[in-house]
Amino acid sequence: MNTTTIKTKRGARVRVHHAGKGAPLIFLHGAVGLLPENRFLDRLAERCEVFAPELPGYGESTGEELLDDMLDFALHGWDVVGALGVEKPTLVGHSMGGMIAAEMACIAPNDVHHLALIAPAGLWLAEHPIADLFAMLPFEFARLLFHDPVAGAALLTGGLDFSNLEAVGAFYINNARQMGVAGKLLFPIPNRGLAKRLYRLTTPATLIWGENDKLIPLAYAERWKQLVPQAQLRVVAGAGHMVPYEKAEALVSWLAEISGA
Amino acid sequence: MRFTWFNLMPWPDLPDDFRERYRSVWVDIPNNLYDPRRGHFVYHQYMDQLEYADSLGFDGIGVNEHHQNGYGLMPSPNIIAAALARRTSRAAICVIGNSIALYNPPIRVAEEFAMLDVISGGRLIAGFPVGTPMDTNFCYGQIPSVTRDKYREAHELIMRAWHEDEIFAFDGKYTQLRYVNCWPKPIQKPHPPIYIPGGGSIETWDFCLDYDYNYSYLSFGGYKRGKQLMDGYWERVAQRKKDDSPYRAAFAQIICVGETDQQAEELYSEHVRYFFNRCLHVYPGFADPPGYRTIKTLKAGVLSQLTENALSKFPSLTWKDLVDERYIIAGSPATVRDQMVEMIKGLRIGHVFGLFHNGNMPDWKTRHSSKLFAEKVMPQLRDLWPDWKHDTRWWPQPMENRVQPERSLAGAERP
Repeated sequence: MNTTTIKTKRGARVRVHHAGKGAPLIFLHGAVGLLPENRFLDRLAERCEVFAPELPGYGESTGEELLDDMLDFALHGWDVVGALGVEKPTLVGHSMGGMIAAEMACIAPNDVHHLALIAPAGLWLAEHPIADLFAMLPFEFARLLFHDPVAGAALLTGGLDFSNLEAVGAFYINNARQMGVAGKLLFPIPNRGLAKRLYRLTTPATLIWGENDKLIPLAYAERWKQLVPQAQLRVVAGAGHMVPYEKAEALVSWLAEISGA
Repeated sequence: MRFTWFNLMPWPDLPDDFRERYRSVWVDIPNNLYDPRRGHFVYHQYMDQLEYADSLGFDGIGVNEHHQNGYGLMPSPNIIAAALARRTSRAAICVIGNSIALYNPPIRVAEEFAMLDVISGGRLIAGFPVGTPMDTNFCYGQIPSVTRDKYREAHELIMRAWHEDEIFAFDGKYTQLRYVNCWPKPIQKPHPPIYIPGGGSIETWDFCLDYDYNYSYLSFGGYKRGKQLMDGYWERVAQRKKDDSPYRAAFAQIICVGETDQQAEELYSEHVRYFFNRCLHVYPGFADPPGYRTIKTLKAGVLSQLTENALSKFPSLTWKDLVDERYIIAGSPATVRDQMVEMIKGLRIGHVFGLFHNGNMPDWKTRHSSKLFAEKVMPQLRDLWPDWKHDTRWWPQPMENRVQPERSLAGAERP
C-alpha cells in the first residue's frame, strides 16, 4: 500500500495507507493500531479504493493533543474524510475504530454509504464486563485478542526480537503512546454514551463478530442488533477479536460486496 | 536538617500466604481482609504514635493519601491531620498530600488545607501529588493520558484561590466555577509550603522548579537506588540556575533503630519483611498504564519505583540484603547515624521522612525505635547543612501565640 500524509483542518497530521480503485472504503483501526502486516487491506484494495488512516498518536500520525473526547474523535474522522476528498464512503471500523465509525455515522448518517462494524467497542453490559486492557502488559494482549494466541502474538509484534532490549523498549513506548490515546475513549469503561445516540443510525449496517471474541464477547453483538435493528450480523467461526487479521478472506468478500464493488 | 515522622498506616493482619493467594495489595485487594472493629484500634494506635513523635521532638508528623490499599489506610489524610491538629501544637503537620486531580471540584483542597492550616495555627505542609496510577487511574478512574493536564489545572485553581483576594470566575477545561472565593484562607501567606511527591517523572522536577516547590522523592528502594534519580534532579536544578539549597528536596526512608545492630535485627526483621513481601505486592499491570507517564519520561528511561525489576526481588531479600543494600537504614544508633549522614549528604536533602512504623510492627517496638532515633541519632544530624541553616522557605511559619488544644480537656469548666 502507498502512504500519504494529510493535514486536517483542525491541524492533525494523519498518515493514510491508500490503494485500489473503485468505490471508496475507509477502515478505522482498533486500539492496538494497524499491525505491521495488514494483508486484509491489500486484498480489499483489489476490489475497491481503500483508505486506512492512522489515528493521531498512532504510527506516524500526530496531533493527539488536539483530541480530548468522543466528539473530537468523531469530528476528526469526518475531517479526515474531508481532507481525502472522499464522498459517501463505506465506513468500516474495528473495535475502538468501530466505536468512532458509529459515532461518525450518528452525526452524519446520510454521508455514509454503508457502516460495517467489526466487534465494535462503545457499549457496556454489566453482566459481560470487557477485560481491562489498560491493566495488562502489552505482551499479554495476544491471548485475549486472538483465537490462536501464538499466531496472534507474532502478528502483534511483527516478529519482534525479544532479546533486543532496545527494540522491546521502542515497542513498549509505542504501545504506551497509542494506548494512551485509546484511553481517552476507553478508560476506565469503554462507554461514552454511544447507545443513546444510535437511534440516529439509519445507515445500512453490517455487524461482524468473531465467534470466539474474548475481549468483547458475542453477547455485545446481540445488544448492537437491538440498538441497530437494520444491521445484518455475520459471525465468523474460528476468529477472536482480531477478525481482520484472523479471517481476512470472508471479511474481504463481505466488505467488497457492501461497498458496492 | 528537619525530620518528619511518617506513618503509612498499613493493615497489620495480611495473611502469611498473601502473595500466593492474591495478585495485589492495591486496587483489587479483597475487601473482606479488612475488619472495621480491628480497624478502630489500628487507627487509634497509629494516631497515638504520630502524637508520640511530636512529643519526642520530631519536626513534623506526616500522613499521605492512598485508596484501596492494604498498606495505606488513609483515603482521606485530611481527616487524620485534623485529629492530629487537635492533639498536638508543636510539630508541623505534613499532608503529603492530596491528589488534587481527584477532587471535584479541586477547590475542595484549597478549603480543607486552609481549614487545617487555621486549626493547627499555621503548621501545615501541603503536598500535591499527581498520584500513583493505582490510586488515580485504577481506583479513581481518571484517564491516564489526561491525569497530568487535570492536575495542572487543579493546581492553577487552588493557587489562584489562595493568592487572590477578589472573587473570580474560573473557566477551566475540567472545572468551571462562577464564584471562586476560598473561605477560610490559610494562615500562612500566601500559602503553606508546597511539597510535590514524585516517583521520577522529569516533568515533575521542572514543575517544582517553576514554582520553587519542594521535591519529595518517596521511594521504598532506599538511598542507594534513589541516588541516580536525585542526581538527575540536582542536575536539573543547576541547569535551571536555581540555588542548591538541600531544603528543596526530601526523601522517604525506612529507619529501624535498636540498642545494637543485633537487637535491631531481632526486633524489626519480621516486620520489615512483612512490609516488603506483603505490603509491596502490587500487580505490575496497575503500576504503569499507557498514557500515565509522558513519552518524554519513558524515553528518558526513568522507570517508576514499582516497575523496576528491583521490586520483584523484594520477596527473596533477607534482613542482611535489606540492610547491606540500604533498602532500609537499620542498626544501633551509631550505625544508623553513619548511614543517615551518607544518605543526607549523598542525596543532598534537607528533609527526611522517616518511616519508623513498618508493616505489622507492634506499638512498643515502633516507639522504641522512634525514641532511640530522637534521642541518640537526630541531635547529631541537625547541623549537616550549616550554610543553609536559616533557609526556612520550605518549612511552616506558625503563629506564635497559638492554641494548645492538647492541653484543654473536653467538657472541663473554663476558669
